[in-house]
Amino acid sequence: MMLAADAPLRRFAGDFVKSPLAVAAALGLLAIILMAVFAGAVAPQNPYNLAEIDILDGSLEPGQEGFTGFTFWLGSDEQGRDMLSAMIYGLRISLFVSFVAVSSAVLVGMTLGLLAAWRGGWIETVIMRTVDIQLSFPALLVALLLLAALGKGVDKVIIALILVQWAYFARTVRAAALVEIKKDYVMAARAAALPERRILFGHVLPNVMPPVLVIATVQVANAIAIEASLSFLGVGVPITEPSLGLLIANGFDYLLSGRYWISFYPGVALLVTLVCINVVGDHVRDILNPRLQR
Amino acid sequence: MLAYLIRRLSQALLVMAVMATIVFFGLYAVGNPVDLLINPEADLAEQEATIRRLGLDKPVHVQFGYFLGGLVQGDLGTSFVHNRPALELILSRLPATLELAFLGILIAIVLGIPLGMIAGLRPDAPSSKLIMAGSVIGFSTPNFWQGLMLIMLFAVFLGWLPAGGRGDTVDVLGIPVSFLTWDGLSHLILPAVNVAIFKMSLVIRLTRAGTSEVALQDYVKYARARGLSPTRVVGVHILKNILIPVVTVLGLETGNVIAFAVVTETVFAWPGIGKLLIDSIGLLDRPVVVAYLMLTVFLFVMINLVVDIAYSILDPRVRIRGAKA
Repeated sequence: MMLAADAPLRRFAGDFVKSPLAVAAALGLLAIILMAVFAGAVAPQNPYNLAEIDILDGSLEPGQEGFTGFTFWLGSDEQGRDMLSAMIYGLRISLFVSFVAVSSAVLVGMTLGLLAAWRGGWIETVIMRTVDIQLSFPALLVALLLLAALGKGVDKVIIALILVQWAYFARTVRAAALVEIKKDYVMAARAAALPERRILFGHVLPNVMPPVLVIATVQVANAIAIEASLSFLGVGVPITEPSLGLLIANGFDYLLSGRYWISFYPGVALLVTLVCINVVGDHVRDILNPRLQR
Repeated sequence: MLAYLIRRLSQALLVMAVMATIVFFGLYAVGNPVDLLINPEADLAEQEATIRRLGLDKPVHVQFGYFLGGLVQGDLGTSFVHNRPALELILSRLPATLELAFLGILIAIVLGIPLGMIAGLRPDAPSSKLIMAGSVIGFSTPNFWQGLMLIMLFAVFLGWLPAGGRGDTVDVLGIPVSFLTWDGLSHLILPAVNVAIFKMSLVIRLTRAGTSEVALQDYVKYARARGLSPTRVVGVHILKNILIPVVTVLGLETGNVIAFAVVTETVFAWPGIGKLLIDSIGLLDRPVVVAYLMLTVFLFVMINLVVDIAYSILDPRVRIRGAKA
């Protein structure tokens, strides 16, 4: 619809590399993801293996050498944990939580959105009213109160994130699907008496994917930020699985005494991750937006 | 118009009722407040007296009945911890939050609109690129970390401003406000900036998008062709037309500011309703959490209602479509 029919992916890639900023952000994001996935191999220390950390190395400043000759490039926390390693492991938890949450939210939202567009009637009314109501409340607040009821835990944070994010996808998919359903190819598929499921998932679904992907990118960034905020407020991930947000929260107590690095560097990592995702997302949206096409 | 109003109002009431039910039963699952609130050394009679006093001995549906009855009369229960009516407790904290929210939004508008217009009028100038880069960073920085960094820079390293608390207040019409004393103002600046930065990024983006679209419209070209001064074209013809979406979004965002105040207030120990909510969640002070929620739901439903009604006045198409549905 918005891209040339012959080679949409190549056109898209061609448009994408025109912006050096977006390419840099995409590469940065790739590096961040690889670092998180291979945390065990990349991190200089396993920060949660008690045999590897030593309390005598506690509260070292960035760049200082520890008791055993190990250099703490980004300093260490109270327990002598290397902050760089803790950050890489924290990044893994942050990314894992948001990725699982957003992909589940896409599945839920997409199914309900397609259903609403296809069936119409009271099913559509109920689904879309729920979406309207849900989206009129800020995601952070809804997630906060859900977690106040559910309790702490990685699984619970994921549930809360799915519950606050599915509505965005349901709304987008329904709007896009309503347009697609009226098109000739769907009519043809209907005339050929293909089963409903096949028309919806085989024909309509691939054509509503571009806007979903744009929103999913932005929502991953949102999910990371919301998870971090929840963990900071003390209702997110448990202390045994500290995400970046929890690392920052733990450093808050030391901030006032000038030991800034415990909060500062995890926050920088969080910020860089979010900026990369948002830059990539913004650029993809600009490419796919027909109103900005020259 | 009347039919639309009635339809919209009954919708708002339905949302309130549904939310009340979800809120009550959702928070009932939090845990047993009895264990937390009663002194473990108290004897059995004392424990039972407390349970009875708090109404915790009744079955769930009876408690829900009390809750609904109280809700209609504006009685949202009594705080377990503070022993004051929950609503009164929240309302006593509300001015602090509102002061913070309004100053934050004010900063965001006063700085955000001009910056967004500059970026929209000359999209390729270096200054515009800088503004947009700043807005992406402002948009991406998690609120709480931004607050910590403000504290680190201005309170710990530079020592210019206090790190938290509210400082001295002056009563205006019986409501304590901070901005009239130097001490109060110095406590207010950092949290207000913390609230403002995110909103400002949003305003910059909206204004820029609006400006670059409006600047290409025929009436703007015509205004230029008529030889009007650039200040008049920008300040009147463009500004007027981008203001509508900006004001709408900001109106809807007011609720968000109050929600995000939870984070800012926690970081800066600002004694508003957000801090109260977090403290109450930690202490399992159920009536306060429920009261906060119902008040927020009410606030959001009202904001949406007002925006919808304003829209139906500004844009008759909404009303007609609404009447048909």
